Amino acid sequence: MHYLDANATQPLRPAARDAVLAAFEVTGNPSSVHQPGRAVRRIMEDAREAIAHSFGGRPQDLVFTSGGTEADVTAIHAMSQGRRTIISAIEHDAVRSAAGGALILPVGPDGIVDLDALDERLSDGVASVVCLMLANNETGVVQPVQEAAAICRRHGALLHVDAIQAAGRMAVSLDLLGAHSLAISSHKLGGPAGVGALLLATDAPFSAPLIGGGGQERGRRGGTPAVALIAGFAAAAKASAADNLVHLADLRDAAERAAVACGAVVCGDPNHRLPNTTSVALPGAAAGVQVIALDLEKIAVSAGAACSSGKVRTSHVLEAMGLGRLAGEAIRVSLPWNATQADIDAFATAYRRVAARLCPTLVPHAA
Amino acid sequence: MRVVVAMSGGVDSSVVAGLLHEAGHEVIGVTLQLYDHGAASGRKGACCAGQDIHDARRVADRLGISHYVIDAEDRFARAVIAEFAGSYANGETPVPCIACNQTVKFADLSALAVDLGAERLATGHYVRRVDGQDGAELHRAVDPARDQSWFLFATTRPQLDMCLFPLGGREDKRAVRDIAQRLGLGVAEKPDSQDICFVPTGTYTDVVAKIRPEALEPGQIVTSDGRVVGSHDGIARYTVGQGKRLGGAAVLDGQRQVVVSTEPGRRRVVVGPRGTGTRSVPLRDVNWLAPAPVHDLRCAVKLRAREEPRAATVRTADGATTVTLDDPALPAPGQACVFYLGDRVLGGGIITRAEAQPLSDRLTV
Repeated sequence: MHYLDANATQPLRPAARDAVLAAFEVTGNPSSVHQPGRAVRRIMEDAREAIAHSFGGRPQDLVFTSGGTEADVTAIHAMSQGRRTIISAIEHDAVRSAAGGALILPVGPDGIVDLDALDERLSDGVASVVCLMLANNETGVVQPVQEAAAICRRHGALLHVDAIQAAGRMAVSLDLLGAHSLAISSHKLGGPAGVGALLLATDAPFSAPLIGGGGQERGRRGGTPAVALIAGFAAAAKASAADNLVHLADLRDAAERAAVACGAVVCGDPNHRLPNTTSVALPGAAAGVQVIALDLEKIAVSAGAACSSGKVRTSHVLEAMGLGRLAGEAIRVSLPWNATQADIDAFATAYRRVAARLCPTLVPHAA
Repeated sequence: MRVVVAMSGGVDSSVVAGLLHEAGHEVIGVTLQLYDHGAASGRKGACCAGQDIHDARRVADRLGISHYVIDAEDRFARAVIAEFAGSYANGETPVPCIACNQTVKFADLSALAVDLGAERLATGHYVRRVDGQDGAELHRAVDPARDQSWFLFATTRPQLDMCLFPLGGREDKRAVRDIAQRLGLGVAEKPDSQDICFVPTGTYTDVVAKIRPEALEPGQIVTSDGRVVGSHDGIARYTVGQGKRLGGAAVLDGQRQVVVSTEPGRRRVVVGPRGTGTRSVPLRDVNWLAPAPVHDLRCAVKLRAREEPRAATVRTADGATTVTLDDPALPAPGQACVFYLGDRVLGGGIITRAEAQPLSDRLTV
């Protein structure tokens, strides 16, 4: 199998695996006063410092959560009290479902949010919290978050940034972005699933936790933290800093060229993207069928957002970009940190075979 | 051989997947998500609910085969549910399983099978595919109690060429359940689906009322000569041949009455004495699974899913197909009239309302 669905989840990095296993050997609850408690707390606080520094924040402002979704939902819950929510049209469902009734900011055909619309929305002076992702999960298109943060701050609005796909695949700094909060997920970095973090700016309000519990995480997230997963999270963040992103982009470009040669169209601005992601639409071929056909060729990719039943829905991201019919014909190819040339060669061969079967008129010299 | 198996999550299609896998074929399980199952989830004994998709995936897991869920909600809503409601609004009694088989199941899944490079599409239907001199033939199942050939008459010949029906030759359902048990599929004792899958409450009129409310507006019950003999609460509640729900009109002049037709435009239900019937059955949407006959065809026809075949003659003239029954009957518009020669299905069509003819000409007492 050639795994090209990193934006769904990354393969576990060996360093993360080692860190998780090592931490599992240590018994203790970080809230306990005794030595075992302190031993575990040290693992957790080392991780907290490493992760906070990796993403431009302070350790005391980092809240561990069960994952990216909880980080997004916590941010919206804690910051939107008494404020209106405004989200981009391409946010992940984690944000969309937590920000019910939000105003929606349009995106252009390039997949980039319309900042003039943001400025205009905020100019009415109503207290607002804005959600804008740093990089889109389906197209990989990077959003102008720094500019959005400046606009928000000028209008006194708060900005939450879902950096779940961006983290590990581009430089991410809450401080440099100027946003109020940042959501990160461990498994998208190549760490274990089941843990994530919300990183808050020093001036971010935090009205109430989602889960009060025993007051852990400075009262911002109750429940005994998953220390072993947190250790793996930190190890993955550290390892991802050593990834060769230029090489990854070269491999991604090669995969994309192979698809384009079969008649595929690239969705989203190719010049402002994560190095590992491409969204390629094959006119006339349903995305769901492409994914199945490629799976049968031992290539794992995805389309739209898979719901729990596993059926493929049309992508709201590509629809928001105004791609019309193509929105239902695009697959997402997202390279993991350990992708190889062999993966790309296999993808190219399989894609060509599938495209020739589904759209024989598009593929030159179709077999 | 690569085979796509349409898996509903029930015991029959699970066994089909299991048998083909056991025979060494590359089996690709596909389950259609036909509607938002939120309202209907957890319901037992009907197909296509969320639990059934889960069951299908677990069967595929146990067999170690590929399995995919296909979103067919929009297609199903248009091709099956809207047609179902529209048919009632037109004074018919539809068979949604036929519309589903004709569109979502066989047309779309056989196209998917081709797209996936599969040679065959297999289903858990109790029918037999027999290879004859002119290509694949559709035959009744060995077990007459389970035969589903009536529901599959609209399958096209190219679709039939692609199909496998491994259960059609099985002696009885118990044998199929035993296979599920032996293969450890976990669905061996799952109840059979009974009612219409997309009717969560079991009350089809709720679905019709939502889409075509006019079919549930009250109106008059009249005799064939126009005498008002009662009232009704929606033509969608009446099927030609029905003797229930007639109230005071159930017995007129000492004779038990049945519905002989409905008039959607005037919202009237027309009754006549039991034993009323017609010989002439006009059809639409006729499909032939044998070369279309040039001359009159003597065969047996079934006007309902569960009835004994009756002798008839099928005639096609000027593009219109009409069946003439040897003995009068009360065919219900919207139901299928399927042509049989022995066990073989030759074709069939949907019974239409014979509005063009005056009622008196159609009735033979």
